[in-house]
Amino acid sequence: MSIKVIHPGLATTIQDLGRPGYYHLGIPISGAMDRLALRSANLLVGNDEGAAGLESVFVGPELEFTQDAMVAVCGAELPPRVDGEPRETWTAFPVKAGQVLSFDFLKGGARAYIAISGGINTEPKLSSRSTYAIGALGGVNGRAVQPGDTLPLGNGAKAVREGLAVPQALRRGPGNPAELRVLPGLYWHRITEQAQKDFFDDTWKVANEADRMGYRFQGGKPLEFVEREQPFGAGADPSNITDACYPYGSVQVPSGTEPIILHRDAVSGGGYFMIGTVISADMDLIGQLQPHTPTNFVQVDMEEALAARQERAATLSAIRETLAGQRA
Amino acid sequence: MAARYSFGGDEHIFVEVDEAMSLEAFFKSLSITNAVRESKIDGVTEICPANASFQVKFDPDRIAPDDLLAELKALESTASQAEAVLATRIVEIPVFYQDPWTHETLMRFRERHQEPKSTDIEYAAKVNGLGSADDFIKAHSGAPWFVSMVGFVAGLPFLYQMVERKRQLQVPKYLRPRTDTPKLTIGHGGCFGCIYSVRGAGGYQMFGITPMPIFDPKQEISYLRDFMVFFRPGDIVKWKPVDRDGYDAAVADVDAGRFAPRMANVTFDLNAFNAGPDAYNQKLEEALR
Repeated sequence: MSIKVIHPGLATTIQDLGRPGYYHLGIPISGAMDRLALRSANLLVGNDEGAAGLESVFVGPELEFTQDAMVAVCGAELPPRVDGEPRETWTAFPVKAGQVLSFDFLKGGARAYIAISGGINTEPKLSSRSTYAIGALGGVNGRAVQPGDTLPLGNGAKAVREGLAVPQALRRGPGNPAELRVLPGLYWHRITEQAQKDFFDDTWKVANEADRMGYRFQGGKPLEFVEREQPFGAGADPSNITDACYPYGSVQVPSGTEPIILHRDAVSGGGYFMIGTVISADMDLIGQLQPHTPTNFVQVDMEEALAARQERAATLSAIRETLAGQRA
Repeated sequence: MAARYSFGGDEHIFVEVDEAMSLEAFFKSLSITNAVRESKIDGVTEICPANASFQVKFDPDRIAPDDLLAELKALESTASQAEAVLATRIVEIPVFYQDPWTHETLMRFRERHQEPKSTDIEYAAKVNGLGSADDFIKAHSGAPWFVSMVGFVAGLPFLYQMVERKRQLQVPKYLRPRTDTPKLTIGHGGCFGCIYSVRGAGGYQMFGITPMPIFDPKQEISYLRDFMVFFRPGDIVKWKPVDRDGYDAAVADVDAGRFAPRMANVTFDLNAFNAGPDAYNQKLEEALR
């Protein structure tokens, strides 16, 4: 009951929905950057939504199956092939023992989620199989997958029909330019009114430094600080604060120049001020942004953030219901 | 000291107890987070104390953000009236100051440092008005330190020196962060010390290395079998300078499963400490003998 990694792609890691509960010790939640995509892929192959799958960045892996299984690929448009024959994304398809799953070049998005019926069954660490490489937790011996790895599969997937698909209207991805909704707060008062306006008016671009820990953006005007005498313990730069916790999705701007949004493998705290936080409904979208994607930050209030959260939950419910209906 | 509350998106509340670092602010933050933990508010998913602030993560589907905000403010006023007393532990951490591994690393990143011609510890001595590296080591290891935050990466303790502010060691961070730091490096940035729990990037000055692992994801080290992270906020650390032989012996003990951190349970009383830090520290350290 396993699959063999012939080639891992660029960076392929095992991810589930993460390990909450240890952020106060510097161990982040980890898990799929695009959770809706992982959940969708799992539902398509009859797994629990939180089963462990593979997260591949930009380039897909090459996997040899030693047993028959159902597979689904959601998130990025990374077209799958079975023994060279093309298959659809967001759609369940069978792979037979001895066949090889590979991928074409990326057509859109950044991270593809590959679910296999039964789910990947590596040993959980702190109740999760998610890979957190900095802390050597989860994954395959605490790391990304490598050539020659054998990934064990679980069982208990429900039987599903080949061709089961998430309807186009329920597939969620960022636009171009991308829009990320931000609730201002935290140390928002540290920058001038003009800088507050500029941050939302300017169009930024995803930088090359964009990974599971955080996404960096460039191209907007540098943020001007409100003058103050730096408090004891904060450090000399106006962007420094007495080291504090960093919320997931928080937007820090070291020296006021390049905003960084912390994601699932966030550092849990540090000494840079933050101007606000990307709302929970838009966190999944960040994982699908390619470097150089133009991005606008959109100011929202709490009411709008909670409405967006409901809307995202409704999308997930619709996916569940549609697939359950098709399955019956 | 009036706390400042702010939402971190729709899933976090961030509370800044004070802009500046102080034992009072740390203590207040720790008291409130303890009270939040004990109150078991439905919908609260993570409670993260920091140096002079803290953060609560919550599920807005289970508790409305404004309701949680009101609960936290109520807990703040209760916790502020509590006695500043903490049941904790004091731990002795061996340090090999000016070791060859951090020395090799700091030499590789000299162009990112304020004073490329001196070592990190020589620079730290100079900016603190101390005559030599040895004087700096005396000041660094002479008084205990509070673990005022655990985080950044897995199990890394931030440490705050338990002396009057005028004696507190302060050193700027590197001009540009390094891309490498040896595991278990004793670092310092601003007024905070730290122990790098894993190898990786870092911007703190490097003074030495400890033989005592503080994070073990495999949970094989004898004292990390129950849990992989050693430190908790509120722990008190006393550095013990060791030489190369002492360092090597401790590493051998760790490898053989014989190393047991020297530690003791103590009660810390902030008011008694403030009345006379040096005498109070001496009493704390007696628990280690």
